[in-house]
Amino acid sequence: MPYITKSPWIIHYDGSSCNGCDIEVLACLTPMYDVERFGIINTGNPKHADIFLVTGSVNEQNISVIKQIYEQMPRPKVVVAVGICATSGGVFRECYNIMGGIDTVIPVDVYVPGCAARPEAIIDGVVKGLGVLAEKRGRLPAELAEEAAARRAAEREDDDPEAVMTFEVSEDAGDGKGGA
Amino acid sequence: MTANGINVAAALSVVAYIVLAPFVGGLLAGIDRRISARMQGRFGPPLLQPFYDVLKLLEKEPVTVNRGQDFYVACCLIFMMVTGALFFAGMSLLLVIFTLTTASVFLVVAAYSSNSPYAQVGAERELLQMMAYEPMVLIAAVGLYLVSGRSFGISDIIGSPAVGVVYLPGIFIGFLFILTIKLRKSPFDLSMSHHAHQELVKGLTTEFSGKTLAILEISHWYENVFLLGFVFLFFANGTPLMAVVGVAVCLIAYFLEVFIDNVNARMKWQFALNSSWIVALVFGATNMMVVYFASVSGWGVQ
Repeated sequence: MPYITKSPWIIHYDGSSCNGCDIEVLACLTPMYDVERFGIINTGNPKHADIFLVTGSVNEQNISVIKQIYEQMPRPKVVVAVGICATSGGVFRECYNIMGGIDTVIPVDVYVPGCAARPEAIIDGVVKGLGVLAEKRGRLPAELAEEAAARRAAEREDDDPEAVMTFEVSEDAGDGKGGA
Repeated sequence: MTANGINVAAALSVVAYIVLAPFVGGLLAGIDRRISARMQGRFGPPLLQPFYDVLKLLEKEPVTVNRGQDFYVACCLIFMMVTGALFFAGMSLLLVIFTLTTASVFLVVAAYSSNSPYAQVGAERELLQMMAYEPMVLIAAVGLYLVSGRSFGISDIIGSPAVGVVYLPGIFIGFLFILTIKLRKSPFDLSMSHHAHQELVKGLTTEFSGKTLAILEISHWYENVFLLGFVFLFFANGTPLMAVVGVAVCLIAYFLEVFIDNVNARMKWQFALNSSWIVALVFGATNMMVVYFASVSGWGVQ
């Protein structure tokens, strides 16, 4: 079993939630539920996180925030949409500023519906996410190797003498692109 | 014991430190998290959780802000290992302290090398923390020098018949005070903190992820074992009885730090700097002067 399933660190982001689900997420950390039993830590730093818990729906203003947090997380990573608003937009679905569920912006792996989602349901969702994490972890080495190969190929293209020559020619022509 | 015998023993303890310190340090971290959880009325993670965390970090996608960062963090680990190795080889205490500072400086440089404001503020706070604890560490070294027959050699300090803490109670208290800073416990976990505590996102470590963070965690384990070794120096006098007492006191000191961590809120850096300098001055410097004048007037140690 990969170690990532024994130490999933979480980052929690509140989209446009009413705070109902946020309070239930925090309840998971209290002595009553104590998710640290499973090695789960609420990090607050996307670069340390493995699981992205999003509560509330996506609105026009936080699209970039959600995307940025997601992109800053190193792979393997899993997104868990907590609550019905994060799942589909919920009662805010028809609002003028609401895009809908989290899956309108980033790929979601686990949906935890509920209004508000109960702590038991959230923990269950995270545990389901662990299975996805393990699967993604298995695929990661192949993915990284593929990307490295693609990067090397791109570098070889950059080293192409013909490409260098065209650059030099354009520089000599003095079209303002030279220097630097 | 012959000079050769001492060298063999020193080499063995260095190897033992390099190999065993990560396991001991990781286990101590696990005990720390378990005890902290119990103090908060929680069940807590498995005892081996710190090892799971590090192994997980090692299998994450490598992401670094720049090429230098990994090098600096690796240097931090290497210098931390050298610090402990010199310590357990019985070399000069001053050399050990300066190597420790070098390790900390590499950590600060690693944090500065990213352009993240969180990491940079964390690095600045780390420098302030170093300023806060460094005087007390040096006073502790001088105190141990005075009571061990005027030698900074760690093997001389351990071998000297005087039990340090009897002559240096003030310096010992001062050292325990700055140990809170070194172990990154509340109220002094300003630059980075452990467990789920957050400050400046993650302070110094904000831009470290995956393997880089794992290396930092391992160097922290090495550091913790070395720091407890420093506590041990105050009790060692070459006899097995005091060795047992020393190890027991190390564990009690660690428990005390966990307790302090759990009953304190985080304070501002001004408090960290002022309080540790006041403690260094009142407990450390006073104790040092008393021992010095006692020894020159002939009724103290040696």
